[in-house]
Amino acid sequence: MIQNLTFLPILLPMLAGVFLLMPPFGTNKKSRRFASVLLSAVTFLASLALLLKVQADGIQVYAIGDWSAPFGIVLVADPLSTLLVCLTALLGFVCALYASAGDDEKGSFFYPLLHFLILGVNGAFLTGDAFNLFVFFEVLLIASYSLLMHGGDKRNTRAALHYVILNLVGSAVFLIALAILYGVLGTLNMADMAQKVALLQGDDIYLAKIGGLLLLVVFALKGALLPLHLWLPNTYATAMPVVAALFAIMTKVGVYSMMRVYTLIFGEEAGELTHMAQSWLWWLALATIAMGAVGVLASKDLRKLVANLVIVSVGTLVALVAVQTIEASSAAIYYLVHSTLVTAALFLLADLIGRQRGETSDRITAGPPVSQPRLLGVCFLIAGIAVIGMPPLSGFIGKVWLLKATLNLEYTMVFWPLYLLASLAILLGVSKAGSTVFWNHKTKVSETLEQKRVHPSQLVALIILISGAPLMAIFAGPLSEYAIGAATQLHDFNNIKVILSGGQ
Amino acid sequence: MELLYASCVGLLVTCGVFLILRSRTFTVVLGLTMLSYAVNLFLFSSGRLSLNKAAVLGYSSEYADPLPQALVLTAIVIGFAMTAFVVILAIRGQTDLGSDHVDGHTPNKKSTQNKKVKV
Repeated sequence: MIQNLTFLPILLPMLAGVFLLMPPFGTNKKSRRFASVLLSAVTFLASLALLLKVQADGIQVYAIGDWSAPFGIVLVADPLSTLLVCLTALLGFVCALYASAGDDEKGSFFYPLLHFLILGVNGAFLTGDAFNLFVFFEVLLIASYSLLMHGGDKRNTRAALHYVILNLVGSAVFLIALAILYGVLGTLNMADMAQKVALLQGDDIYLAKIGGLLLLVVFALKGALLPLHLWLPNTYATAMPVVAALFAIMTKVGVYSMMRVYTLIFGEEAGELTHMAQSWLWWLALATIAMGAVGVLASKDLRKLVANLVIVSVGTLVALVAVQTIEASSAAIYYLVHSTLVTAALFLLADLIGRQRGETSDRITAGPPVSQPRLLGVCFLIAGIAVIGMPPLSGFIGKVWLLKATLNLEYTMVFWPLYLLASLAILLGVSKAGSTVFWNHKTKVSETLEQKRVHPSQLVALIILISGAPLMAIFAGPLSEYAIGAATQLHDFNNIKVILSGGQ
Repeated sequence: MELLYASCVGLLVTCGVFLILRSRTFTVVLGLTMLSYAVNLFLFSSGRLSLNKAAVLGYSSEYADPLPQALVLTAIVIGFAMTAFVVILAIRGQTDLGSDHVDGHTPNKKSTQNKKVKV
């Protein structure tokens, strides 16, 4: 059992999804909700146990079917991947809890799909094999296609059609890239690839470069990096907010894959291909930040606003990935956790605000006041401060850290003004949205037709996410130590030998 | 053989990309299918093209790389599922939006409709 712990964050959601399709859960609403929340909590606990084990014993390598590293598929649990697995499981738990207030009834099979999505995301984080990464990408994508359509209307169908077609093209490009890399390197194990890239000679170098840069296209599409970000605002704004909150982790899968591929395979020791994607990543990331900031200013409803905030956070993360120092990577890890939690919280908040404003929904215009202004207002204030990056919450720490990590770069003079201006734009956009929604009323409270209260389970889910911001600020010490440790492991080339020797 | 194989893949990709860039969902789905055929062929060739070689070790002194075959099999299965999904989605788009245009409406048609309303 204990040596199979690495596999549990993948196995448990899969079993949960299958169980939830079968009776009695398939027919009985109450038991389905209860079982779903319980099973996602179990997944979270298993992920947490794996995290503690990795902290205690170092990197865990799990060879599936006991086929050892370069030949079989291995799962690699290092501090970075386990942290993200925990984050995913937590997000899954929160979304299951939130949806149990009624969103799950708007379409069929919400919970099984949710668990299959967690399966795909966890698998993508844990796998050490490039082709297996593709397979888990497809698992999470097909779950996300169906979740996107969940309870949707006409606008939703169009956004889903675009999303599916784009991602199918992305999958085709992914396969072409993998075929080129396999043809050149003769292996698909990421650790083995990293070793063999350094030994390439002659024309093979250029083939490997083509393969590596095609991978960049795929990850940029998944991570919504400019110019492949156009699908994101529409998709996230038309999906149900609880689904959008769950999708907050999906762009991070793209960023995580970039971290792995461009620091491990094409990183420090890749011979002629060292840091080959760096300049692409850097300038695209800056453009993404600028584009996201413009989007934040131009957004007309809360969900679009949050979707544009997701784009800004992706740009910031990719900029840090492009720097490729240990400090930048640790800042990226901290910022990644923070931004996932806070954007998910904002999606849920936008939903709750929209429900209490009747027909005005979540549009940023004067409308009927929300029926619980204090509760939602305070939550919005906390999440807003965190996402803007003002003291004292987690966003501020992340921002200071990332500015410090980019201090001595060639292009600091470009990055700092751009990033700080983007922060100003976010500050303007979010505060304008908040003040319009909460203070600018057309009708009085008594005239609103019916008072919709926040359901207790929705409230608990929201508070878990919101409390991430102050908690990440209070426990910034241990968390930043963990992030630095994870980043050191990410950049440590010796880990390859550990992975190839099966974790001994 | 290499030339024939490469030009086959190239032709399929060209047709696929051309069809994907069309405006109707049906042609886009056809294009995606073509592209996935091309990708499967390309993936297969990543283990080098060879004739009359055994795929199992120990039966012949020369053997073909078995891994690309396994990869292609996986890619075919996944591609099949995805194509089925996108076909259903395209049909739903057609019924929901009343048009098989990828944007849900034909751009010119809408503008003329608007003009009529104004008149």
